[in-house]
Amino acid sequence: MLKLSRYVLYDILRNKIVIAYTLFLFIVSFSMFRMEENSSKAILSLLNIVLIVLPLISLIFTTIHYYNSYEFIELMLSQPLSRTRILLSEFGGVCISLLSAFWIGVGVPVLLFSADDTGFALLFTGTALTIVFTSIAFLASVRSKDKARGIGFALLLWFYFALIYDGLVLLILFAFSDYPMEKFTLLLSALNPIDLGRIFIMLKMDISALMGYTGALYKDFFGSGKGVLFTTVIMLLWAAIPLWLAVKSFRKKDM
Amino acid sequence: MKYFFTIVFSFLLLISFGNTIIVGPAQPIRSLKKAIEAARDKDTILILSGIYKEGSIIVTKSLTLIGEKNTVLDGEKKYEILLISGNNVVVKGIQFRNSGYSAMNDFASIKLVDCNNVTLENNTVIHSYFAIHISNTTNAIIRGNKITGIPTSEQLTGNGIHLWKSNNAVIENNHIQGHRDGIYFEFVTQSQIRNNLSEKNIRYGLHFMFSNDDNYLHNTFRNNGAGVAVMYSKRVRMEKNHFEENWGASAYGILLKDITDSHILLNTFHKNTVGVYMEGSSRIEIQKNSFKNNGWAIKVQASCDDNIFHHNNFTGNSFDVGTNGTMVLNKFYNNYWDKYDGYDINKDGIGDISYHPVSMYSMIIEQNPTTLMLFRSFMVSLLDKAEKAIPSLTPENLFDDKPMMKMLKL
Repeated sequence: MLKLSRYVLYDILRNKIVIAYTLFLFIVSFSMFRMEENSSKAILSLLNIVLIVLPLISLIFTTIHYYNSYEFIELMLSQPLSRTRILLSEFGGVCISLLSAFWIGVGVPVLLFSADDTGFALLFTGTALTIVFTSIAFLASVRSKDKARGIGFALLLWFYFALIYDGLVLLILFAFSDYPMEKFTLLLSALNPIDLGRIFIMLKMDISALMGYTGALYKDFFGSGKGVLFTTVIMLLWAAIPLWLAVKSFRKKDM
Repeated sequence: MKYFFTIVFSFLLLISFGNTIIVGPAQPIRSLKKAIEAARDKDTILILSGIYKEGSIIVTKSLTLIGEKNTVLDGEKKYEILLISGNNVVVKGIQFRNSGYSAMNDFASIKLVDCNNVTLENNTVIHSYFAIHISNTTNAIIRGNKITGIPTSEQLTGNGIHLWKSNNAVIENNHIQGHRDGIYFEFVTQSQIRNNLSEKNIRYGLHFMFSNDDNYLHNTFRNNGAGVAVMYSKRVRMEKNHFEENWGASAYGILLKDITDSHILLNTFHKNTVGVYMEGSSRIEIQKNSFKNNGWAIKVQASCDDNIFHHNNFTGNSFDVGTNGTMVLNKFYNNYWDKYDGYDINKDGIGDISYHPVSMYSMIIEQNPTTLMLFRSFMVSLLDKAEKAIPSLTPENLFDDKPMMKMLKL
């Protein structure tokens, strides 16, 4: 399995897209820290990159990679290897390449310029989101045989998590504004990994604005060890469940 | 130490022409009460180190009471310790502790009633209900006292320095913590509050009502339950104070309610939930302040008018300005806003397009606080951008038409 992952990794590194991605992240992060006078503002701009660009790249790159290595996967399937192992090695290879791009591109500048609570929260969220969206992309691409449909579906998912979901939440919160919705918003945040990651970072960054009742509730919850555990577990579930579903359908799939 | 006091005494003796009475556990006079009884005006009473449990001590003569390093007057949690009602009284270097609590009376460690020219200097007050309680007094000087309370609840804790119906008071270099209100003023005029540190109080660091013509300079108010409240006063001057870390659902750096004709300048507001909250206030000039890392730098309710905000720095605040209506009768100009993204073609340091400090999302959050969940999301920034292009929810007239391009040096 490790051997297969290593081949996937070599293959990805050879086509240089990931290297370009790493460079892009590194240049953006570095220039943000150099341009803004205080590092918290730079972190704020990086937050948008982590929450928007990272999921998008993870989704698109993974789907395209999957379809491009379709023949390789078929070849592997003719070998005495289990299907679960093949898909998991593919996942491992893609994940490791994207994560190393993120850690070099964003992690190094953050550790250099702002190695504090907020910085670590940002790195944690970025790591989690990369894994989660890689796993979601695998599900999307395993499910559809057609390349265009697979990529289209991945894009739609990105739209949903990055934009549409928040619009729906806004709608719900206004429709039920007469009811106590504070605890319910905790549940809503768990239903979208991007929101969960954002709230996790926000609690480290905007503590003073968060002192209304809602904010106090969030701070009590996410600020404690319980909250860190909650975020980690939910993120793990977000990574594990799509991957598990992908493996399940890959095993039964007629190639 | 004794030699030092002997020298101080002889000196005091010379200038006051009074006698010195020494009270101490090993002295002929062992009771402070007896000493006060025996003393005449302008006498000095030196209280040597020791713990004195004498119930309520009343001073009506012009005396100087001086304590040593370990002079403790203990109220045994039953009595008001020292009641002063007279002129020209000085109390120096004494430690007061365990004053009584009463739901009926405002028991205090040191209470001044109907006094003139009283100085309380370098005393320590611990575990009191009210620490220093002053009413109907002229020319009180409260300097260098260290006041520490045990914060319990608002009902069971009194104020640190409490002034009622006084004038020309000077309160400086005190350190107050753990009381209900650090410094409380009601009907106090022409007074100075300087260089005090008021922190960790249950309610307000400084609370004043109906107190006109007062000055507040160089004070620090930190981590108080609800920050600082200034209400129903005129001609107040607040300069070079620090308002820090006042966090909570209703905590404010300063809460201004019905304040008119006042000046707020060169203060720093750092890490407060709301830096300045204004309600029903008029003609206040707010200039050269620094607002940094607050939740809301300023909340101006629509009931405020003719206030001027200029030459302030706004950096790192989650929201710059919040308001509750579309009516705007206040003026903003020449402030520096770190969120400003305009340009300056003629390079005069002033942005060419005006800055609207009220974001749409701050209006949404005002209406529906649970939407905080969406703070800093892509969705919200899109909404904010759309609102900037075509304002519908945010007040159109609230803008800074000459925003500074560079941070001001304050």
